[in-house]
Amino acid sequence: MKFSDFVASGAIRSHVDSSTKEGVIREMATALVEAGRIPASDLESIVKAILKREDLGTTGIGRGVAVPHTKHPSVDKLVGTVAVSQEGIDFDSLDGDPVHLFFLLVSPPDQPGQHLRALENISRQLRDDAFCRELKAAKAPADIQHLLEAADNHGMVS
Amino acid sequence: MQQAVSRDVVVGLKQGLHARPADMLAREARKWQSRIELVSKSQRVDGKSILEVLTLAAEEGTRLVVEVAGPDATEALAAIVRLFDSSFHENDETAVDAAGRITTP
Repeated sequence: MKFSDFVASGAIRSHVDSSTKEGVIREMATALVEAGRIPASDLESIVKAILKREDLGTTGIGRGVAVPHTKHPSVDKLVGTVAVSQEGIDFDSLDGDPVHLFFLLVSPPDQPGQHLRALENISRQLRDDAFCRELKAAKAPADIQHLLEAADNHGMVS
Repeated sequence: MQQAVSRDVVVGLKQGLHARPADMLAREARKWQSRIELVSKSQRVDGKSILEVLTLAAEEGTRLVVEVAGPDATEALAAIVRLFDSSFHENDETAVDAAGRITTP
């Protein structure tokens, strides 16, 4: 799976305003609503479900990256977006580092394979230090979009 | 004393080895001095790295070999196998039902 298969380009954010876990999740879910990828009427339900999932254990997977996510019946195909926090946000990550890169995923309830393959793609690409560094340094959503496209075109992922 | 031990495990999680079990696995693995690796058909990853574990994209039914080497290998292997045997306590999983309600069975 590639980034272009699930990242909603209109919902990418290079500078999040929030400084809290809940704030950044809400900001990203709202971006998905604004991009027309999830219905506005489901925003609260989706945000709540993502926060509930965080309560079970952080999705801060280390290296300054978090993948907040939920399954939700409002989508019939995996949809996600990317955001960057310049300051970094405390996400109770495994390695204790603040999180700068966020990949938020909303997947259909009965298709765990899609979700797993998105996680696989994200984690595989993020093993590349240069990719992480360049994403964090992105000045505009278009920069992030270009970095994701370049990663997709490396042909490292199936 | 250095020991090297291994065991076959099967991913029993309906959702596969996703972020939360991968996190549990890496946290458990980091408690031990031994090197802990998971081996699938196509790759070998460091069990102490959640990023590495997620690159397995191991779906339900996937067979993996847990290979452990180091001074506390036997105990470490037992701890990791226990996580797989208990399916990472996956029944605590939060879900959202068709009406959009959050359910925690």
